[in-house]
Amino acid sequence: MSQAAKNRYDRRIVLRAADVWKSYDEGAVSVLKGAEIECIESTSVALCGPSGCGKSTLLHLFAGLDTPDRGTIWVNGAEVNRSRNLLHLLRHEVGFVFQLHNLIPDLTLTENCLIPAVAAGIDRRTAMIRLLELSERTGLSHRLDHRIQKLSGGERQRTALCRALMNRPRILLADEPTGSLDEQTSRSVFELLLELTATEGVTLLMATHDRGLAERCDNVVEMHDGKIREHAGIH
Amino acid sequence: MIFLRLILTNLIRHRIRSLISLAGVAFSVAAMLTVITVLQGAVAMFENILSNDSGVIVFERDVSDLFFSSVPEDTAAKIAQWPMVAHANPVLFGIVSSAGHPIITCFGITPADTRISGATWLQGNRAGFAQQPDGVVLGERAAQFLSAGLGDRIQLGHAEFRVAGVVKTSNGFEDGGVFMPLASAQSFFRKQGTSSVITVKLRNKEDASAFKHMVDARYPDLIALEDTEFTHTYSQFRILKATAWAVGGCGLLLGGLGVANTMIMSVFTRIREIAILRVNGFSHMQIGAVIFGESAAVSVCGALTGLAVGAGFLFALKFVPALDGYIDPSIHLLLMSAVLALALITGIAGALYPAVYAMRVRPVEALRFE
Repeated sequence: MSQAAKNRYDRRIVLRAADVWKSYDEGAVSVLKGAEIECIESTSVALCGPSGCGKSTLLHLFAGLDTPDRGTIWVNGAEVNRSRNLLHLLRHEVGFVFQLHNLIPDLTLTENCLIPAVAAGIDRRTAMIRLLELSERTGLSHRLDHRIQKLSGGERQRTALCRALMNRPRILLADEPTGSLDEQTSRSVFELLLELTATEGVTLLMATHDRGLAERCDNVVEMHDGKIREHAGIH
Repeated sequence: MIFLRLILTNLIRHRIRSLISLAGVAFSVAAMLTVITVLQGAVAMFENILSNDSGVIVFERDVSDLFFSSVPEDTAAKIAQWPMVAHANPVLFGIVSSAGHPIITCFGITPADTRISGATWLQGNRAGFAQQPDGVVLGERAAQFLSAGLGDRIQLGHAEFRVAGVVKTSNGFEDGGVFMPLASAQSFFRKQGTSSVITVKLRNKEDASAFKHMVDARYPDLIALEDTEFTHTYSQFRILKATAWAVGGCGLLLGGLGVANTMIMSVFTRIREIAILRVNGFSHMQIGAVIFGESAAVSVCGALTGLAVGAGFLFALKFVPALDGYIDPSIHLLLMSAVLALALITGIAGALYPAVYAMRVRPVEALRFE
């Protein structure tokens, strides 16, 4: 094991799922069947596997957007359950990027990005400073007053990335973040994603089909039929 | 600011739907304002007829309508002798009809009544009143619709009368009425020796309580009420006012249902946005605030538009000659505030179910929903 990898192991585990089961339609559709995974802080982890293997479901469970039927989910060392302050989790601990940008089309880029700050009660000045910083780094500073409808697909996804990082979360969950983009745009958005998470020390857990992108992450986790099949080594 | 944008975005996005909803509230508020103001004006006019230069009204106890009240005529003369009484005038109310005019209010009064003594005479004069038993004085509007002037003969019901004068009053009912000498009215309506009410003016208002006790003691079949007491207790007024509020309330309820329908549509069409807000940390309360804010915006804009339309309509009614004197278009601030508050409450109540629905949206499921 390299020294860099050893240093990473010294860090704490920020995402952990232990024997997690999840089914829908009253048990008719089993999605997760005892999934187990651990993510170390400030690393990037790619979650690979065929459609329907439970990647998105696992991400939703980590964000507190859904609850497991069985098993335990930990985020930042604390269990995600009903007694956990899920609002705090969504506002301050976890950012989420979807395959579809999920921006509000009638609002401007600025307004969309300020939504998490408004939800968390962060004052407008502080939020604007953060937005200017992020928009500078994502190359969107000339688009701040533009409506989402006027932005290209890549710009929309970069906006979604800015919004997810607005409140400085320590964890970023990305569900096929480049899945709706063409190859070239997909590469550039992914580069940005890696760069931003690395420079901000954010842990990235990303569901993807794209093997090429997955290989660029620190760790690749294979999922199959609701289980984690294998962990590729840390680069 | 973002909150406001989130509230207004959906209203602007669905302009037609928002405008229809706003128009529903506006129409309801305008209807409520108009109906209540017109009826309150009518009640005020009737109150004015009764309280004309008096402070206390004496009439038959437990009577359902003043037209059915029967007070012995000599009682007025006796009450007039009481030391605290400045004057007491018997008034007999009746309804007469003429060709094409089935309902004309008739006032049987004495020459001392301020309707005659204080009137503005357009034709004839006070001295001509009660000089002849068949002489009647017409209100200005009655003279117009009966096409009659001084000295003309008119048919009222089964009898013919001669016009002894035309007076102008500020009261629509009186202006469209006929004034007969009390004795003639008693004979015409076959109510000899009685009047409907006695209007009493006291020398000192503070004697009202003592006066009422005296009436109670000496005339157990009669009741004396101060003008304000009468206004609040007379069942006809209460029925009229209750009807006005009920009609207006129904209108507002319909407006509220319109808002509810709009808000339900709004929530269903932006369910994905609500999920996005939830994923980005919006609490249930913050989601509810957006939905309630949207309904409040529709309600307030609708109510303000309705107030403007209603006020304009009432103002226009002032210039309709047929209604001259019947409509008092002055809108009370209290009524405006009450209508505004009701519109707002109705709008917010209409958003209750949609807001609860929105608060219960599960982001994961909603984001799957296209």
